[in-house]
Amino acid sequence: MKTRYTFGGDEHVYVEMDDEMSLDAFFKSLSMSNAVRDAKIEGVTEICPANASFQVRFDPDVISPDDIMAKVKELEHKAESAEKRLTTRIVEIPVFYQDPWTHETLMRFRERHQDPNGTDLDYAAKINGFASADEFIEAHHSQPWFVSMVGFVAGLPFLYQLVDRDKQLQVPKYLSPRTDTPKQTVGYGGCFSCIYSVRGAGGYQMFGITPMPIYDPEQKVAHLKDFMVFFKPGDIVKWKPIDRAEYDAILAAVEDGTYVPRIAKVEFDLDEFNADMRGTNAKMLEALNDA
Amino acid sequence: MTLKIKNPGLATSIQDLGRIGYFHLGIPLGGAMDRYALRAANMLVGNDEGAACLEAVFMGPEIEFTQTATVAVTGAQLPIKVDGEYQEPWTSFVVKAGQTLSFDFLESGARIYIAVSGGITTPEALGSRSTYPIGSLGGVEGRAILAGDELPTGGSEGPGAGRTVSEPLRRKPGTPASLRVLPGLYWHRLTDAAGAGFFEDEWKVAPEADRMGYRFKGGRPLKFVEREQPFGAGADPSNIVDGCYSYGSIQVPGGTEPIVLHRDAVSGGGYFTLGAVISADMDLIGQLQPHTSVKFEKVDMAQALGARKERKVMLAKIREELG
Repeated sequence: MKTRYTFGGDEHVYVEMDDEMSLDAFFKSLSMSNAVRDAKIEGVTEICPANASFQVRFDPDVISPDDIMAKVKELEHKAESAEKRLTTRIVEIPVFYQDPWTHETLMRFRERHQDPNGTDLDYAAKINGFASADEFIEAHHSQPWFVSMVGFVAGLPFLYQLVDRDKQLQVPKYLSPRTDTPKQTVGYGGCFSCIYSVRGAGGYQMFGITPMPIYDPEQKVAHLKDFMVFFKPGDIVKWKPIDRAEYDAILAAVEDGTYVPRIAKVEFDLDEFNADMRGTNAKMLEALNDA
Repeated sequence: MTLKIKNPGLATSIQDLGRIGYFHLGIPLGGAMDRYALRAANMLVGNDEGAACLEAVFMGPEIEFTQTATVAVTGAQLPIKVDGEYQEPWTSFVVKAGQTLSFDFLESGARIYIAVSGGITTPEALGSRSTYPIGSLGGVEGRAILAGDELPTGGSEGPGAGRTVSEPLRRKPGTPASLRVLPGLYWHRLTDAAGAGFFEDEWKVAPEADRMGYRFKGGRPLKFVEREQPFGAGADPSNIVDGCYSYGSIQVPGGTEPIVLHRDAVSGGGYFTLGAVISADMDLIGQLQPHTSVKFEKVDMAQALGARKERKVMLAKIREELG
């Protein structure tokens, strides 16, 4: 990993921990952006962690670009020596794979896809060496995921799977982006999964849909009453496959205000994880099952 | 006091100076695309400079006033009428109770800012009244205004007619428009020849130009330094591991058509960016029509800060003129 510092115009410092994705790069970016936040530097207006980089927005009328750059650089050693440990939560997200709504949408945009004659899941299964879509789905939901970035549009989480690099699923984006994606579609692009928080354009492959809202500007949904955005970087997610009946039941529960997402508090230690991925994941899933 | 919308125009939305502090959750800055014009309009009618105004693009709305108010329209050249009588741009005028504000066809520029004394007082969402339609946030139910909407205002009569911003302080893009760019971010992905070509070529604003971003066509395609794509970045040489997008940053998907990301842009994504349009010139983009010729001009940080200062000095002069 080689940290790269640059300016984004006259109002942003941009720091790339690494040009490739890894949990190490994500952790360093998260702890360094936290260090910048904790430093409470005057003139800093936004701190945005991303997958393997982060951005600091500043007001050059308050702090000069050279000064803010120097201050951010000084914090790198702090991030390096920081414990790679996170107190966070694991959340179960119900997913209706191969649902009728994303299916209808993916058929509508078939000419923009690498495989106009199949479905997004069939294609993803094939290029990742799985015999069937079901096997791919199994690989998608069996191990948990890390929210490595929230953004693109309001409240959309990017998720990175907690498995060895050689087990990572990789799927290219659509050849040309769609103009439509159903709200709460579970998507996939590169090595990232995502949940489309709102309906709109998108280039990620579509695998299914969750009945659980993750963004509600009106804050009417029970689990979004405190804040309209559900996810934050560092959250851990476990997909739970559900069928149509469960999908409808959860949707009804969300509607009448009785749906409560299953969430457990967990400690995530990167070194522990790197030493024993399956074991660390099993422990977190156990905590989730007990919740 | 309410503003009765009889005709909304093309895509007229409520905007103020924007929403700070939620970019890390994917909620964009929002706010006026030409913030200079918005500030000036507010000053003319005696509002706080960040009061909410209407931003109308290419076409003006038609609005009936239920109470007398001071009004000013800045930004694009779009002839202003009150009950059919022409009014001066960048100058305050009075609209009486029962009168209707309307507009002729666009003459130059792209966006007007309509400030009304007391400001528009729709509810704030996350500290701003700016409309962010993708996230259904701010404005009127998170959308552009529609015929039949009644917009609440602060209701004050304001300072009255005749306050004006002098001609040299009415900031607008030149011909061809020049946008100053500070190279940075993923600039190193471009070959030297491609980097030079970007600044040499003349570009034209593409039809895909809105509050999210302005696309440009007509220059030579950009070539990338060859490399094996890093893990997680995606196969195209213009792809990176998804990161944040700076305000004003210029992405070039596939190396073909640069897009300058503006107030409602996505907060991040997987395309490389070659640098950013300097903060002082972002207002000017808001006044570019499709097919306008544009040159990107390479500057360094000192020049960017100098331009930023100049813009501030111009705003200070308006404040001084208006007392």
